Amino acid sequence: MSQGNTQSQGAQTTGHVWDDDLQEYNNPLPSWWLWAFYLTIIFSITYWVLYPAWPMGKGFTTGISTITYKNDKGVEKTTHWSTRALLMKDLQDAREMQKPYFDKVAATPFDQIAKSPDLSNFVASAGKVLFSDNCAACHQSGGQGKMAFAPNLTDDDWIYGGTYDKIQATVANGRHGIMPPKGGADLSDVDMDNLANYVLSLSGEPSDSAKAAVGNELFHGKATCFSCHGADGKGNQDIGSANLTDKIWLWADVPGAGSADKKVAAVKAVIASGLNKGVMPAWGGRLSADQIKLLTVYVHDVLGGGSKK
Amino acid sequence: MMDHSKIEKNLGLMLVMVLFAISIGGLIEVVPLFFIQGTVEDVKTAEGIKMVRPYSPLELRGRDIYIREGCYLCHSQMIRPFRDEAMRYGHYSLAAESQYDHPFQWGSKRTGPDLARVGKKYSNEWQVQHLIAPRSMVPESVMPNYPWLLASELDYSDVGDRMGALRVSGVPYSTNKAEYDQNVKDFGADVAKQLHIPDSQKNLIEQAQAGNFDGNAANVSEMDAVVAYLQVLGTMVDFSKLDNDSFVKYR
Repeated sequence: MSQGNTQSQGAQTTGHVWDDDLQEYNNPLPSWWLWAFYLTIIFSITYWVLYPAWPMGKGFTTGISTITYKNDKGVEKTTHWSTRALLMKDLQDAREMQKPYFDKVAATPFDQIAKSPDLSNFVASAGKVLFSDNCAACHQSGGQGKMAFAPNLTDDDWIYGGTYDKIQATVANGRHGIMPPKGGADLSDVDMDNLANYVLSLSGEPSDSAKAAVGNELFHGKATCFSCHGADGKGNQDIGSANLTDKIWLWADVPGAGSADKKVAAVKAVIASGLNKGVMPAWGGRLSADQIKLLTVYVHDVLGGGSKK
Repeated sequence: MMDHSKIEKNLGLMLVMVLFAISIGGLIEVVPLFFIQGTVEDVKTAEGIKMVRPYSPLELRGRDIYIREGCYLCHSQMIRPFRDEAMRYGHYSLAAESQYDHPFQWGSKRTGPDLARVGKKYSNEWQVQHLIAPRSMVPESVMPNYPWLLASELDYSDVGDRMGALRVSGVPYSTNKAEYDQNVKDFGADVAKQLHIPDSQKNLIEQAQAGNFDGNAANVSEMDAVVAYLQVLGTMVDFSKLDNDSFVKYR
């Protein structure tokens, strides 16, 4: 920069001079910018008047804008604008939009819902959302369950019963699978080997018939398996003991075992260590009664319940 | 009136004044919150017991592991007051619910879901299996595996020191009889025992064995601590006993 350039325009400067000759122009702001700036000031003052804005000692200015909502008890309240009150209003609107459907689901007996196309459509779509958010983590997205973790909900085998009432009780109160371990002092390794062969024979899996015959004695005698699983091995849904005569397995991965030996080993492992798992959380506290009924119908009608027992 | 050139020629003075100038915005936003009543909601049972309590020693170690593993990078613990979040996660988070969290775990990004109310939503077994191998439970998950949590013994030798550090920042862990008695009044006797620093190691082992969060009663693993922590998240305030608009008045 040559000297003199800085002053050649004849424009106003701020009057400061740095390092002998460094000066700063003092041009007016473009008018569009200035007006935009004034507008922001007007906007903020309007905002202060309408919405909560300034802290004042132990409180704050609440603004004159209000929100009227009904809470879940149906009590109508009017309060100054806040995101929490706005949410109440949103939830109320959502409740009122879904209310006709939820009311109908609540008022309709379980087995009549499938007969109304309107209601079963609602159950299929709203139930799927609830199932995906809450149940799919264990029972998987299609309700197919997970070996050695959570039962398949799409088959006809129900540990605690597949009627509407039983499913509703399961969802609301949760479940906890218990089977006493038989390993160690109770049964020897040979005993358990024999038992496992008998249990496999119940559902027609390949087994050693000589061992199964001894296992039969144990099942109905010393090992006391019959007291929960029944003399016929068909289980008891009231206490959640599994039916051993069908080909459906949850804790012993028999279908996934490659060889007969591995099938015996899988059953033996469950006999030895028992079960203190299969915990399903109670949803009664987290979901509303309406939502639980909806889920019950979804599990029974859409995924497929069993009403045989 | 101070001459402008004095500030510009004195770096120390300018530094102080710059710091003052840029802190004004922050101070105006933050300081009033210390004075406005109801910034931290008052959440008590009908008997006057505070619902939100500090973490037990085991839960606290779990929280430290949660921070160590960087869980907060993908998981938030902050349910905002929006309809979609209420539908999916439950009641919005209260300031009171993170009043004993130092640092708070609100997070800033959700790669995974919000965890503010994950407590009791899934079984302990699910949490253990999911932490070891997330995709075995949720096929589409992108969460890394954390198998070492189950294999690693929990180091709880310094849990008392960790509680002591939080005590300095205002968390009511007790060191003496007077503080303990105050905690009995505030949180009830059962909780007060858990908050007593001299008993912290004993309490930690007891809770790990009683809860058996990792499915192995013989040891206290890091998994015990993490699952104990996850299972308490968002469960302290019993919203079923409150109207759904109980906390509107605080804002």
